[in-house]
Amino acid sequence: MLTIKNLHAGIEGKKILKGINLEIKPGEVHAIMGPNGSGKSTLASVLAGRKEYEVSTGSVQFLGKDLLDLSPEERAGEGLFLGFQYPVEIPGLSTTNFIKTALNEVRKYRGQEPLDAVAFLKLMKEKMALMNVDQSLLSRSLNEGFSGGEKKRNEIFQMAMLQPKLAILDETDSGLDIDAIRIVANGVNQLRNKDNAVLAITHYQRLLDYIIPDVIHVLYNGRIVKSGPKELALELEERGYDFIKSEVSVED
Amino acid sequence: MNTQYYQDHFTRLQAATRPGHLHARREEAFRDFSRLGIPTTRNEEWKYTRISGLFNKEWHLPLLQEKTITENDLHAVRLPGYETASELVFVNGFFSFALSNIRSESLTVLPLEEAAANGYSDIVSAHFGHSSGYIKDGIHALNTAFTEGGVFIHLRKTKHEKQPVYIYHLTTAEHEPGFTQPRSLVYLGEQAEMQLVETSMCLGQQDSLNSQVIEIVLEEAAVLEYYKIQHDHDNASQVNTTHIRQIGKSYSHTVTLSLNGNMVRNNLNVVLEASHSEAHLYGLYFPKGKSHIDNHTIVDNRVPHCESNELYKGILDEQGTGVFNGKIFVRQPAQKTNAFQSNKNVLLSDTAAINTKPQLEIFADDVKCSHGCTVGRLSEEGLFYLQSRGIPEKTAQSMLLHGFAEDVLEKIKLEPIRRYADALVAARLEYDIV
Repeated sequence: MLTIKNLHAGIEGKKILKGINLEIKPGEVHAIMGPNGSGKSTLASVLAGRKEYEVSTGSVQFLGKDLLDLSPEERAGEGLFLGFQYPVEIPGLSTTNFIKTALNEVRKYRGQEPLDAVAFLKLMKEKMALMNVDQSLLSRSLNEGFSGGEKKRNEIFQMAMLQPKLAILDETDSGLDIDAIRIVANGVNQLRNKDNAVLAITHYQRLLDYIIPDVIHVLYNGRIVKSGPKELALELEERGYDFIKSEVSVED
Repeated sequence: MNTQYYQDHFTRLQAATRPGHLHARREEAFRDFSRLGIPTTRNEEWKYTRISGLFNKEWHLPLLQEKTITENDLHAVRLPGYETASELVFVNGFFSFALSNIRSESLTVLPLEEAAANGYSDIVSAHFGHSSGYIKDGIHALNTAFTEGGVFIHLRKTKHEKQPVYIYHLTTAEHEPGFTQPRSLVYLGEQAEMQLVETSMCLGQQDSLNSQVIEIVLEEAAVLEYYKIQHDHDNASQVNTTHIRQIGKSYSHTVTLSLNGNMVRNNLNVVLEASHSEAHLYGLYFPKGKSHIDNHTIVDNRVPHCESNELYKGILDEQGTGVFNGKIFVRQPAQKTNAFQSNKNVLLSDTAAINTKPQLEIFADDVKCSHGCTVGRLSEEGLFYLQSRGIPEKTAQSMLLHGFAEDVLEKIKLEPIRRYADALVAARLEYDIV
């Protein structure tokens, strides 16, 4: 589904990603862990198409297309979703209007008819129940004044509405208490099936207690320095990132 | 500028009208005009608005008999909700009783001269021309000097039912450029509640300048909502002065929506003269093409315990320019004043510009006042967020700008006008509200 080859990228001349290789197949859950400043969020931003980031070399194939050649909205149309670490507050734009516009734009991209009001409402009710989202939240301005938990729940609610092929969750657990993490993770798990995939980016192991990954990658200094099964997360939790740093410096 | 032309017209006007209060005020105002002239950019209040350029041309001052507008012309420019509103129509600056419709039993409309002579002379002499103490320039003086065909509008107690009143300023300017100078004095008696909507429209293709002054007085427990919709042609200019005096504990709420016009200058003054009065001033300016929109506001706190809130927002695109100048005075007796002001601007092109200047003059010590202004580009973060959900860049931009404007648009409490204003802004943004 997603194939990243030798990806180098940075911002304002600063090199951050220094040769990422990653392959994600349908049905899989991958986790990327790593210390602060290792390039986790840069990877998410580059994949979603944030234009401040420059890709110097490497390629990314998504469902057979050259992802880097697509605009952010085209990437969404192809089925990519980024759950933001810091969802943006948009005053004056109601959450419902936003989601309806997004959904119908994505449908248009895919050559589908827009959903009429009734069908949209039905879908929304269904996903609201799934994500434990309240109507009052949806009539408010997008993310404005939302608590940290509400913002993240709203991200996963959008994911549920848009039904992406690949969801990249950028530190979705940051700033959440354990109950909020459980709700968010539960939502993600219910959306999983054999055709879609998840790339969960996290600093801490605790999210991975709820979203069980097939593979864990450790990102350090712009490179994936270690990949392994889910038990790797426990080892990291126990020993901290320092042991990775020391292993890497030995190799260097 | 041909001053002899104005002198000749003025002599004709004075000769044709009876001596009295208005006659004397006009005389005085014409002397002010002769002394002051048309303001140049050397005048601090006109620093960023080169109005004198408009007076290089020979304006055609319309005469009373030149009314050529029909009911059909009026119908073409009516605003939604007019069916239940009183409609007051000015044609070329002269009030037209024939085209106007009074639809409220609490409302009286009289020619200013008649009000000054019969029954309302105290009110007229106390309030007519009060704005001259705040706006001291030749354009304002010229309007007062040419007070002719103006009206006195009196609303009595309305039993908590807000009375919608729509004022249309129509300019013909069909064959010659038209310079119109409407004048009105509005008096809201105790517990009178009015929703005033005002718009001006030039029906001809020639250049026009509508220099209008409206003075409004609020008595005890009066409520004024005032919605100004400025959406005229590219070659229509206006200098629009609204002067509100709150002489009883009262409430005013104004929204100025400026979307087009060649050069638009708004003077909005609110003078708080009774404790526990409230004033809310909102504005949205979104000049199109090369249009220039200037908002000068004054909130004058003269007594203790008043509150004012001001929010003006601007979207500046293409070669559009804007000016915001917000003055707040807190006089020495006006302790416990709460006065807030904010001006926020988004610049969408390199050729658009905004000059913004908050000005607080505080002489009392126990007050809460704040002001702030921002000028920025559209948030890249916000754009990316919307795009990452599949929304194309152009649509995302429209949605963000509409959201930015919504803060002000939602302050319009008269539903058909709010929907109309929303639609105008959405159309400008090429945005379908879903």
